[in-house]
Amino acid sequence: MRREIPLLITGIVGIVFVLQYFIPHFPFNRMNAWFSDWFSIVAAFAIWLGALNLMKISFQKVFRRKSDWGYAVVIIMSFLLMAVVGFAEGKGFRDQGTAFDWLFQFVYTPLSATMFAILAFFVASASYRAFRARNFEATLLLLAAFLVMLGRVPTGDVLTGFMPEGMRLSAVASWIMNFPQTAGQRAIMIGIALGLVSTSLRIILGIERSHLGGGD
Amino acid sequence: MSTRAKELITIAIIAVFSVVIYILKITGVMTGIEFSGTVSTIIIIAIFLALLVILIRTLRGHLVDRRTVFLFIAFSVALPLLMNISQKITVSGEVEQVYNAVIDLQPGSRVLVSFDYDPASAPELQPMAESFLRLCFMRDLKVIVMGLWPQGPQQAELAMSTILEDDEMKAKNIKYGIDYVNLGYQAGNEFVVQRMGSDFKSMFRKDYSGRAYDDLPLVKNVKNFSNIDYSFNLSAGYPGTQEWVQVAVDRYGLKMGGGNTAVQAPMMYTYLNAGQLEGLLGGMSGGAEFEYLANFTGKATKYMLSQSFAHMVVVAFIIIGNAAFFRSGREKKL
Amino acid sequence: MNHNCRTTKQTFLRRDFLLLAFLIIVIAPTLAAQQASDTMPADTVVADSILVARTPAPPISVTVQDLPNDAGGSIKVNWGLSPDDVAGGKARKYRILRAETIDGQRQEFTEIGDVTSGATEFIDGNATSDVEFYYKVMAVNFLSEDNETIWEATSKSDEAGPVKSSAQWFDWRRINVFVGVIVLCGFILYYINQAKAGKKLFIRKIAGLEAVDEAVGRATEMGKKIFYIPGTQDMDNVQTIAGVTILGRVAEMAAQYETWLEVPVSRSLVLVTAKEVVKEAYTKVGRPDAYQEDQVHYLTDDQFGYAAGIDGMVVREKPATIFYMGAFYAEALILAETGNSIGAIQIAGTAMPSQLPFFVASCDYTLIGEELFAASAYLSREPKLLGSLKGQDMGKAVILIAIVVGVLLETFGIWKLSNLFTVID
Repeated sequence: MRREIPLLITGIVGIVFVLQYFIPHFPFNRMNAWFSDWFSIVAAFAIWLGALNLMKISFQKVFRRKSDWGYAVVIIMSFLLMAVVGFAEGKGFRDQGTAFDWLFQFVYTPLSATMFAILAFFVASASYRAFRARNFEATLLLLAAFLVMLGRVPTGDVLTGFMPEGMRLSAVASWIMNFPQTAGQRAIMIGIALGLVSTSLRIILGIERSHLGGGD
Repeated sequence: MSTRAKELITIAIIAVFSVVIYILKITGVMTGIEFSGTVSTIIIIAIFLALLVILIRTLRGHLVDRRTVFLFIAFSVALPLLMNISQKITVSGEVEQVYNAVIDLQPGSRVLVSFDYDPASAPELQPMAESFLRLCFMRDLKVIVMGLWPQGPQQAELAMSTILEDDEMKAKNIKYGIDYVNLGYQAGNEFVVQRMGSDFKSMFRKDYSGRAYDDLPLVKNVKNFSNIDYSFNLSAGYPGTQEWVQVAVDRYGLKMGGGNTAVQAPMMYTYLNAGQLEGLLGGMSGGAEFEYLANFTGKATKYMLSQSFAHMVVVAFIIIGNAAFFRSGREKKL
Repeated sequence: MNHNCRTTKQTFLRRDFLLLAFLIIVIAPTLAAQQASDTMPADTVVADSILVARTPAPPISVTVQDLPNDAGGSIKVNWGLSPDDVAGGKARKYRILRAETIDGQRQEFTEIGDVTSGATEFIDGNATSDVEFYYKVMAVNFLSEDNETIWEATSKSDEAGPVKSSAQWFDWRRINVFVGVIVLCGFILYYINQAKAGKKLFIRKIAGLEAVDEAVGRATEMGKKIFYIPGTQDMDNVQTIAGVTILGRVAEMAAQYETWLEVPVSRSLVLVTAKEVVKEAYTKVGRPDAYQEDQVHYLTDDQFGYAAGIDGMVVREKPATIFYMGAFYAEALILAETGNSIGAIQIAGTAMPSQLPFFVASCDYTLIGEELFAASAYLSREPKLLGSLKGQDMGKAVILIAIVVGVLLETFGIWKLSNLFTVID
C-alpha cells in the first residue's frame, strides 16, 4: 500500500491534468487551480521540514564540534535573527522601514547580488579554458564566441565601422543569435519536450517509480 | 602561512576596504568622481599592455592563473564605471520591436508588466524596468505591474520611485490607481498566469498596498488578458518569459515582449523568431539599446562601457588561452 | 441612435450659462422624450452645440456571440470602427454597455468596460452562463485633465442581442494538440508493450552515464566524498524527478563501494524524497546500516544562498566527484566552476538549454536535455523504460519529417504547414 497509494494519486492527477487542457467545462477548468493550490499548501508546510532539518544538522555540528562548526553557528544565528525579527514585527514585517526590510535590503540583497556577480568572473575563467581550437568544431565554436562577444557591444561596430552596415559585427552577431543559435536551441528544446512527455507518461502510468524510493 | 591565516588576512583586507569605501561614500568624497579623458586612455592602454605581457609570458610557457583572469575582469568592470566615454549604440531588430510595440499603442492603452526577478539580477534588469516604465508614462499609457517572484513587486516600487525623481515624470502627475497599479506578488508560478487568463481578480483580490481590486479605477474593468493591449515580462529564470509565452501568449493570445538576463536571452530567440514574443531586450546591451531608442541616458547606457570592456578582456583571455593551447600542442609534437 | 452630451467643469457652465439655460428650456424636453427608450442616467442630459459638434459618429454593425471553446461566462462583442475613429479623429475610445435579462425582464444598460480607439473587439468575461444579454457600443470623445474628465461627448450604436454564454466540453482549437498527444503517447505505449513482449531494443552509448561508475570509483580510491546536487527546483519539476531517479542508482553504487555520498538539497519536498530514495538504495544493496540521516540535508530555498552554501562545502571538503542532475538556473556555472577549481570529476545533466553551455564548459561529462530523462532507462536497462525511449524517438521522427516537409512546402509557397501547429484562433 505504501507504494500503491502514491502511484494511484500520481496517475489520477496526471490524467486529470492532461484532460483539463482540452476540456473547458467545470470542474475541469478549475482543477488545475485546485491542484496547484494543494501543491502550494503542501510545499508551504514542508518548508518546516527543511528548516528543522537545517537546524538539527547545524546544532549537531556545533555540539559535536565537527570540522568547520563555526559556519554552522553563522547559519543558526542568521536563521534565528531573520525569524525573530520577522515574527516580532508582526503582519507588516515586509513594509518599508521595518527592521526586516532593512535586513532584506542591506544584507540579503547585496549578498545575493554578490553571488550572481561571481558569474562574470566564472564566465571569463570558463571561456578562457573552454574556447580552444582543439578541432574543427571547437574552432567554429570559438569563432562564433568571438563574433558574438564583440558584436554584442559597441566596440564591435567601432572595429568594423569601415564595412557596409550589414557586414558589421553587430549584424553578424545578430545573425548568429537569430539563426544558427536558435536552430540549435530549438533542436534541444524539441528533444527535451519529447523527453518530458515520455518521462511524464512513465510516471503517470507508474512505470517510472524509482523516485518513490527503491527500484521496484 | 597557513590557509586559515590567509583567510583571516583576506577577510581583514575586505573589511577595511569596505569601511574605507563606506566612509568615502557618506562623506561625499565618492560622488562625482570621474576620470578625465587622458586618465581613462592611460588606464585602457595600461590594461591592454598588461594583457600583452601576459600573452608573451604565456608564449614563453608561463601559464596564467585563474585568479589573474578574475583580477582583470574586476578592473575591466569597475574602472569604466568612473569613465565618461560615449559609445555609438547599434540597435538590434528585437529591441526595436519592443520600442515600436509601445510607440504604436494609443494613449490610455493598458500595459501589463510582470516583474519576475529579485535583487540578485536587478543590476541587469532594473535599468530595463526603469526605461520601459518611463517610456510607457511618456506615451500616456496605463501600467499594471505584478510579480510571480516574491521580490518582484518590490523591484517595481523601486523602479517607480527612481523614475519619479525625474522632473519630466513629475510633470506627468502620475496617479496611483489611475495611471499605475502594483498588484503585488502571487504564489503559484505559471498557474497564476493561467488563472489570470480567465480572471485577474481571482489572483489579485488586493493590490501590493492592500487596496481592494475593485477600488482601483485602472483595473476595475480589467477582467483578463483580452483587456491588456501589450505586456512586458522582466525575467531572470523560472517562472518567467518562457512560462508567460507558453500560457498567456499561446493560450490566450496576449501580445508580449520580454526583457531577460543575458544568460536567459538566447533561449528566448526561439520564441522571438516564431512570433510568439514581440520584441526582446537581452541583458545590459538590450537595455542600453532600448534607452537609446527612448532617447534617455539611463543606467544601462552607463554600464555598457563596463560590459564592452569586460567582453574585450574575455576575448583577450580566449586568445591567451589558445596561445597556451597551441604552445603545449607543439611541445607535445616535439 | 441617440447622442448624449455631458459637461462637468463649472467654469464652462458659468460662461455659457445663458445659452445652456435657453437650450435646456427649449430642447431638453424633446431630448428627454427621445431618451426615454434609452437608459442613460438623467443627469447626463445636457446639450450644447459645441459638444454636439464634438460628438463622434457611433460604431457600426455590432455583433455578439458566445465565446467558443470556453468554460462559459464570456461573450465576445465585435463592432465596426466609428467613421470618426481615425488619427486625430473624434472617436477616442469605446465604451461597452450591457443589459441583462432577469426573469424575462430586460434590465437597464450599464457600463461594463472600455477600450481605446482602433479596437473592434471586447470580451465580456462577466456574463453569467445561460442568461440573456444585450449589448451596445458607445463611441466616446473626451477631454481630461489631471485624470478628471472635463467634458465628454458620446454616441451609441444599435443594440445587439440577445446572446447567452455556455460552457463547452471540448476545446476544438486544441484538436491539433490532442491528436499530437494521442500519436506520441500511442508510439510510447506501443513500444513499451513491444519491450514487455521481449523485443530487444537498442540504446546508444551515453558517455556521461558510462562515466558514473568511474566517477564513483574514483571517489572510493581517493577516500573522498561524492556530492550529488539534484537541481534547485521542487518535486513538481520533471527534471528534479529525473535527478532523484539517477540519485537512486548513484546511491546504490556509493553504498556498494562504501563511499560517503552527500546530498545537499534546496527544497523540503526534495529532501523528503531524496532521503527515502537514498535509504532504499542502501537497503537494496544490503547496507542499511551504512545509511546516515544527515547524508541528505536541506540548505535553503534561496537560489544564490544555496549556491553559496554548496560552494563553501565544495571548497572546504574537496569532494572527489560532483553530480549535478536536475533543473538549474544561473547558479549552474557558479557551482560547476567551483567544482572544477578543486579538480573534482563532474557529471552534469540538465534540460535547461540556457545552462547547458556552462555545464559543457566546466564539467567532464554533460547529459544534454533528453539524455537526462533517458538516464533511468539507460542505467536500469529495464525493458519498459527502454520501450518508452523508442516511442519517444518515433515521435521525434514524425517531427523531423514535418520540419522537412514544412520547409519545402513553405519555400515553394505551396502551403503553410505551420498552420497545423497553431493553437490559438
